[in-house]
Amino acid sequence: MNIMSEAAVEKALDKKMSTVNFKMVGKDVSVYYGEKRALFDVNLNVRKNTVTALIGPSGCGKSTFLRTLNRMNDTIEGCRVVGKITLDTDDIYDPTVDVVELRARVGMVFQKPNPFPKSIYENIAYGPRIHGLARHKADMDEIVENSLQKAGLWNEVKDRLQEPGTGLSGGQQQRLCIARAVAVSPEVILMDEPCSALDPIATAKVEELIHELRSNFTIVIVTHSMQQAARVSQRTAMFHLGNLVEENETDKMFTNPDDQRTQDYIMGRFG
Amino acid sequence: MSSAAITDTVSPAGVNWHSDEMKARRKARYAADRRLQIYGIIAITFALGFLAILVGSLSFTGYKAFTQTVATVEIVLSTAKVDPANIGEADWRGIVRGALRGLVPDMKRSEERKFFEMFTSSAPFLVRDAVVADPSKLTGKSSFAIPMADPVDQLAKAGISRDVPENQRRINDKQIGIYDQLVANGVISTPFNWGLFFNADSRFPELAGLAGAISGSFWSLLVCFLISFPIGIAAAIYLEEFAPKNRITDLIEVNINNLAAVPSVVFGLLGLAVFLGWMGLPRSAPLVGGLVLALMTLPTLIIVTRVSLKSVPSSIREAALGVGASKHEMIFHHILPLAMPTVMTGAIISLARALGETAPLLLIGMNAFITSPPEGVFAASTALPTQIYIWADSPERGFVSRTSAAILVLLAFLVLMNGIAIFLRQRFERRW
Ligand SMILES: Nc1ncnc2c1ncn2[C@@H]1O[C@H](COP(=O)(O)OP(=O)(O)OP(=O)(O)O)[C@@H](O)[C@H]1O
Ligand SMILES: [Mg+2]
Repeated sequence: MNIMSEAAVEKALDKKMSTVNFKMVGKDVSVYYGEKRALFDVNLNVRKNTVTALIGPSGCGKSTFLRTLNRMNDTIEGCRVVGKITLDTDDIYDPTVDVVELRARVGMVFQKPNPFPKSIYENIAYGPRIHGLARHKADMDEIVENSLQKAGLWNEVKDRLQEPGTGLSGGQQQRLCIARAVAVSPEVILMDEPCSALDPIATAKVEELIHELRSNFTIVIVTHSMQQAARVSQRTAMFHLGNLVEENETDKMFTNPDDQRTQDYIMGRFG
Repeated sequence: MSSAAITDTVSPAGVNWHSDEMKARRKARYAADRRLQIYGIIAITFALGFLAILVGSLSFTGYKAFTQTVATVEIVLSTAKVDPANIGEADWRGIVRGALRGLVPDMKRSEERKFFEMFTSSAPFLVRDAVVADPSKLTGKSSFAIPMADPVDQLAKAGISRDVPENQRRINDKQIGIYDQLVANGVISTPFNWGLFFNADSRFPELAGLAGAISGSFWSLLVCFLISFPIGIAAAIYLEEFAPKNRITDLIEVNINNLAAVPSVVFGLLGLAVFLGWMGLPRSAPLVGGLVLALMTLPTLIIVTRVSLKSVPSSIREAALGVGASKHEMIFHHILPLAMPTVMTGAIISLARALGETAPLLLIGMNAFITSPPEGVFAASTALPTQIYIWADSPERGFVSRTSAAILVLLAFLVLMNGIAIFLRQRFERRW
């Protein structure tokens, strides 16, 4: 079912370095919400400097899997994760792991734009400040400008940095959230349906942005749009009822998938 | 709906929106809307009506207390009569009586006692204190405003009728005659009664004021706020953000909700037993009053704070955690600031409730008779509601209007506090 056999994954882990450059490796990941099991032994690897799209019908566990990658599930009452997920070589569910550091290294952009009700500047500066990434105001100004540049928002907001972030349009807010995630210099950025609240033009901007971010970051994106997955990702993983059905190169996935269920889903036969 | 539906036809789905039955149905629904509105208006009218009656009747009885009948008396002082180094030791009684005698030169010696009774018996002390406060009065002529005793004050404000037989009123015909003479001479006036706010309590209505009660209430509320606010917020944050959801926290939650409904007199008994009996804190002290009021407001404050923490959208929590904020950073940088306006509103409204609370303060002795404002949280004191209680119990006529006036002052403070709460809510309310 997987692109790599279990043994190969094991081997890659053992060597602490893989021939293919895996940024994150999920092994036999299962997630329970109380008694209810939402993910079934998912084995999914995320390649470095690659955009990986997670697709699948609603309720199949895409968000659940995504949130295991930076332990956002910890905040949900009764949620339990079993299995092993590594970032580079560190087991992120190890009791000694510092979640704050993990979430700084694995940033997240949410489905609904959620800027802090503070100024645009403060939205970006907050993360770097708590992590102590800027020593002086000038450093911070630079981080803010760089992040907004990377998010393609700088020209639109450079004259109104002190205005509230909540006053921006939906698309701008989402790019602000991306800039906020970028500002902490994460290694991986998780995006849960980042364009679902945006119009086609704003969506195009965000997609373009994802393209550019790819050279510096590893990106995992959940999307409901097949076209979007095809446009932005190099690899695609298809979930169904809590199982990982197939993970493959995006081109192959959309032209000649290995699994019948993927074909059906892409053809719009269920979902 | 297609344009055809606007004329009287059946819509494609087979529903005829223009049938009489449909029209009648909609009409009934609109009628229900209107009924609800009318009920609301009636309810508000009732509430406002009762409020108007309350404030109206209080003002009617209380307005008299906001002025005080005084006699303006000229007193000539010299360093011969008063030793500047020892002002307090001078014969103030003699000096004041001499000056008062000058108001009615042809007074018979036998009538003097009744005449002096017309002025407040504390007149010598008032004059002494005024001179101590301003020693320049020691030489030459200065005028002093001397409050008239309660019966004269009542006469001036038509609280005592001249038609009542002499033996049934506390002021005799002779005194009325003198009063009229003083009025004719322009000695009598009724200025605004600042003493109501700046004097402490007194047995004599003409001198009694709310200074002690107001500062007692102030100290109590300060203690109450300083204790309940941090503890309430800390408890709420712990319960809402950190506590595991289990039997014990469920039990704590139920108990907090129950405590919020416990009658305040019970907290007074608790304060009596624990703070006075066991810890040996001083009776009647604003410190103890504040502690008891803090116990009383804590549950409400915890509930309000928890609700407002809960109402901060989870997207903000996720945003904070998503950039790697720790839990305490999430709470103190994002959640609490957003919840703060509501918390402050809740705190001020609980404080307003504590300000009006009487029963627990009676139990810890804050209804003592105390003639000077407290100098801190350990000094014996009254509070506004207990002062009202004391005055309402006093027999002198002058205290009747003072009781109403004190209630009006209390209401004014309540309105002020609630006004601040509304202001805070509107000023800092956030939208997201
Ligand atoms: N907080 C939760 N508590 C209980 N069950 C949950 C919770 N979150 C998700 N689930 C369940 O886990 C399963 C997977 O949910 P998930 O949100 O991962 O789906 P999804 O693939 O992201 O769907 P969508 O495309 O609609 O966002 C669903 O059956 C859902 O009901
Ligand atoms: Mg989802």
